[in-house]
Amino acid sequence: MAETKTAYERVQAARNGKRPMGSYYIEHMIDDFVELHGDRRFGDDAAIVAGIGTLNRIPVTVIAMERGDTIEERMKRNFGCPEPEGYRKALRLMKEAEKFRRPIICFIGSSGAYCGIEAEERGQGLAIAENLYEMMGMKTPIISVVVGEGGSGGALALGVCDTAIMLENAVYSVISPEGCASILWKDSAKAPEAAEHLRLTSYDLLQFDVIEKLIPESGKTDREICSELKTVLLEEIQKLSALSPEALLEHRYAKFRKIGA
Amino acid sequence: MSTFRNIIQAITGTDEQPPRTCKKCGTEIPYSDYIANHCICPECGTYFRMRAVERLDATVDPGSFQEIDKKLRSKDPIKFPDYSQKLDKAEKASGLNEGVVCGTAQISGMDCGIFVMDSAFMMGSMGTVVGEKITRIIEKSTELHLPVIGFITSGGARMQEGIFSLMQMAKVSGAVKRHSEAGLLYIAVLTDPTTGGITASFAMQGDIIIAEPKALIGFAGQRVIEQTTGEKLPAGFQRAEFQLEHGFVDLIEERPRMTYTLAKLLKLHQAK
Ligand SMILES: [Zn+2]
Repeated sequence: MAETKTAYERVQAARNGKRPMGSYYIEHMIDDFVELHGDRRFGDDAAIVAGIGTLNRIPVTVIAMERGDTIEERMKRNFGCPEPEGYRKALRLMKEAEKFRRPIICFIGSSGAYCGIEAEERGQGLAIAENLYEMMGMKTPIISVVVGEGGSGGALALGVCDTAIMLENAVYSVISPEGCASILWKDSAKAPEAAEHLRLTSYDLLQFDVIEKLIPESGKTDREICSELKTVLLEEIQKLSALSPEALLEHRYAKFRKIGA
Repeated sequence: MSTFRNIIQAITGTDEQPPRTCKKCGTEIPYSDYIANHCICPECGTYFRMRAVERLDATVDPGSFQEIDKKLRSKDPIKFPDYSQKLDKAEKASGLNEGVVCGTAQISGMDCGIFVMDSAFMMGSMGTVVGEKITRIIEKSTELHLPVIGFITSGGARMQEGIFSLMQMAKVSGAVKRHSEAGLLYIAVLTDPTTGGITASFAMQGDIIIAEPKALIGFAGQRVIEQTTGEKLPAGFQRAEFQLEHGFVDLIEERPRMTYTLAKLLKLHQAK
């Protein structure tokens, strides 16, 4: 598989307003989906869609970032940037999944956790920190799929997993190329250069062993990509479900433990 | 005379430490007074950012600190432009190989694992080495059945290490989780500034979270929030007192009483 696009072209593809986000995959992959709302603390964050359904008759919990299609929907979903309540809803439903030994699938695609006054007042940092901590000990398989832009800590909060998958044109980065360029070179117009240096493409992350699977996109329709992803998810669920909870957690710990050791 | 004074001398290459100047009121403070006053301006009360060695000196029993992984150095995992030179510069400026110092020590005779971040090394930002060193001291503490004290200061993730830097948040969180499941105590002490991915991981995972007065503690950067929302930030936003008021830290402790409070908490967790 050769690199045919520049890193910034992939960033732009990942951000494309027409690119399918979480809801698309739920609609086309999950049967009998029941959406569940709220963090039972403060509110319901529409930037994260969560619920239970079946994947080829296997019950799964799905946690998906969603930015919406129309402008009204995007306002409602805060352009896909989750607030603390979104992460807390995700954690609440992951724990419900753990109780019933149901695999969890997370779809990631967001510029990042929302940066706002109220988000800070309600503990944006704590919400992410709790997800990282709890997901490390979640006794059920977790598979995370980066389908769009995987923006920093806000993405990782759904990204602590046993198998990490990226679509070919998804990106996953510690900082946006614009943010990086403006800090380093005081010039956000140099984002394409920063994107290249940050090594944020699916090919980079596969090479770094940070993700396990890459789903090719070129020449395929959204439906074909979705169907290929579904096949991979089923294989992974089957593989991970065969492990004992102890072996699963050991495997998850080792996956992250080796990064940068 | 503590052993750390020697290390401070080694960092600067002189026996004599230059006086410190308060950024707020301009007072020049002789170094011995500066240390005696816990790195606080005697005139206006401003807290200086403590070097890791100064913090250890003020916190642990003399001679008890056993450093681990002193020599670990970043391998520049994504070959980021100018990063290798930046590391050299940071090393020279700070006298450290990286932005955190880790080891085992005693506080009032009680054993603990300890990590102290140092903002003099690239703002204490977390790359692979900071993540690895903190993970190792937590794992070692789990193995030795020791509590962990973490003095935290960090600008967040180190972007020059790209995705490797981001993944350290998960890696350290895993170590904290296992340490906790072994029934062991982790106290996070948040000092100015504690921001970004650090707040979104081990800074907020302490059994007990202590903050220093007025320390900046938050996830999103203040300028980013202003740009995103177009709103003016309220006075005291993201300061330690704000975090206490909103329920995210257990207590604010003044620096001169910090060691006493840590010792008290360690002791309370030892009592059966
Ligand atoms: Zn002063």
